[in-house]
Amino acid sequence: MVRHVLSPQGPAAAVLKRVDRPVLVAFCFILALIFAGSAYFPQVLTATYLLQQLQIASFLGVLATGAMLVILLGHIDLSIPWTFTGAAIVATALAGIEGTGPLALAAVPAGLAFGALVGLANGLGVAYLRAPSMIWTLGMNALILGISVFYTGGFAPTGAPTEFMRAASVGRAVLDIPNAIYVWVILGVTAVFILKLTPLGRYIYAIGNRETATYLSGVRTRLVLVFCFVWAGTCSAVGGMLLAGYANQAYQAMGDPYLLPTIAAVVLGGTHILGGRGTYSGTVMGVVLLTLLSSMLSVMQMQEAGRQIIYGGVIIVMLLVYGRGGKIQG
Amino acid sequence: MSGLLLHLRQNYGAVLAITIFVILFVVFLSLHPRGPSVYVMTTASNTGAALAFVAMGQTLPVLTGGLDLSIGSILALCNALASEVVNGSPERVALGVVLVLLTGLACGLINGIVVVYGRIQPIIATLASGAVYTGLALLIRPIPGGEIDDVLSEAMTYETFGVIPTSLLLIVAVVLLIWVPFKNSVLGRGVYAAGSSEVAAYMSGVRVDRSKLAAYSLAGLFAAIGGLFLGFQTFSGDALIGVPYTLNSIAAVVIGGTSLYGGIGGVIGSIFGAYILRTINGVMFFAGAPPLAQPLFEGIILLGAVALAALRVVRIRNRLEVMD
Repeated sequence: MVRHVLSPQGPAAAVLKRVDRPVLVAFCFILALIFAGSAYFPQVLTATYLLQQLQIASFLGVLATGAMLVILLGHIDLSIPWTFTGAAIVATALAGIEGTGPLALAAVPAGLAFGALVGLANGLGVAYLRAPSMIWTLGMNALILGISVFYTGGFAPTGAPTEFMRAASVGRAVLDIPNAIYVWVILGVTAVFILKLTPLGRYIYAIGNRETATYLSGVRTRLVLVFCFVWAGTCSAVGGMLLAGYANQAYQAMGDPYLLPTIAAVVLGGTHILGGRGTYSGTVMGVVLLTLLSSMLSVMQMQEAGRQIIYGGVIIVMLLVYGRGGKIQG
Repeated sequence: MSGLLLHLRQNYGAVLAITIFVILFVVFLSLHPRGPSVYVMTTASNTGAALAFVAMGQTLPVLTGGLDLSIGSILALCNALASEVVNGSPERVALGVVLVLLTGLACGLINGIVVVYGRIQPIIATLASGAVYTGLALLIRPIPGGEIDDVLSEAMTYETFGVIPTSLLLIVAVVLLIWVPFKNSVLGRGVYAAGSSEVAAYMSGVRVDRSKLAAYSLAGLFAAIGGLFLGFQTFSGDALIGVPYTLNSIAAVVIGGTSLYGGIGGVIGSIFGAYILRTINGVMFFAGAPPLAQPLFEGIILLGAVALAALRVVRIRNRLEVMD
């Protein structure tokens, strides 16, 4: 990992050195957003509002946790939208119309298995067939879309989330904090554990830097690729089931609005889109930043047109501040 | 003769795409209840034209080793703009067309500037700029509607001399007047050089920056032509019409034999890639496949095409060749 070297001396500089620049800039931007928002609407500074934002952010956070590992490899997973939707459809279909069908207990495991299976297919295609991940996962996405439309007849899927899915999404088990946030935290801690404390984590960064070199060092790189895609598929499935619990239903194309924000959140957090470097704390910042930004824009009753322009503009400006690549050198 | 063989081998991807298209199209014509007629040909040509233009546009950034995820948004912005300005008196219509094309060019140029001078990775840069262009399109046309000159629209979507689909002529004209001169220019060779190895190209004195700027600008221009053509087909504008075009254009480019890693391929293959995607829909419709199964078949065929292209790993002796 390349750390940005900051020149100032002194105790403040020592702290700055430990935090990388994307995290710092994104954090400052989040604070600025909250204070600017609170000038318009005082309720922005309440715990209720902030917790609600974190709950909404947890859907994006779970997806970004999956996408980040794949992006660290230098690959990309474009099958997020329909893995997300497919898992929600599978889970609610098993749960039945009332969410209490005879197979309701199998709903969540089946949804997770669906996500893992899609991830496995993605991973096998990328690692063994050597298909470019961008187009392979795109095809996978189209395939699941096709199956979903065929299976549901194009109508809204019947079925409701189980009690467990509802509770995991909107319940508040401990400290009056939405459970969805805990789900995100569990996945996040697991991701950090993998990245920081296991050889697998080091392999992921190494492959992102140069797969050939990693392979020649004796790492079974193809297994690492497959693992990361399975992980991403599972995270997408968790996200889909959480949203189904939140919205109390699964619906066609429910994952479509999540693809671009997921990738944007990971990249805004300082993960290099070509792989090899990035921190999970950055991803968290990216997720919170994008969620708050879109919340602020809707609080301000900004039209969709203005929201899109500001959304895109903010991403470009932030990347111009800290996401620039190096010059071409011989 | 050996020159021809060499040419074929160098354009293997495009030749494969053309072959697949011809087979598919013959099947399509044999299934079509009205058989080969001028009307059927014109409809087929019109159906794929917009995607063909967008795919041509997408090819250029891909050739440099980049990507344009804003291309569908540029198409939608130009389509929305066209529904405002391409109507009224003939002079106004002509001016409107020029304005739309310039808008597309400008959007592409902005992408190029962000990628080349901003040094932001193309995937994320165009993802963000695409959101901005969609926003602008929504500002111009919040709900679908507007008006596009019907005389010009009919001229562009009917036949020339009563037999040749005008949209086909339009595609050929764009290839001959824009692509071929560009490909043979210093800028165009630079696009291929940058995609093969940016560092080597730079060290050899190729103006990589200029070539990339040109590639993204032309992508915007081609998307504008596509947006304009969609307007000719619908006589109206829609700010959200571009959503499926971005990903479909990438699929068309890959099916057309252009490498996503850059440096290999060209727009001819992409045109056929686009028409392959559209002809598959037609074949399935007339073959009586249930409409609900159509997206499923599309997915299977896309995956199949990619897997087919990926079969080269079987022939490779050294695994290192396919890494990086």
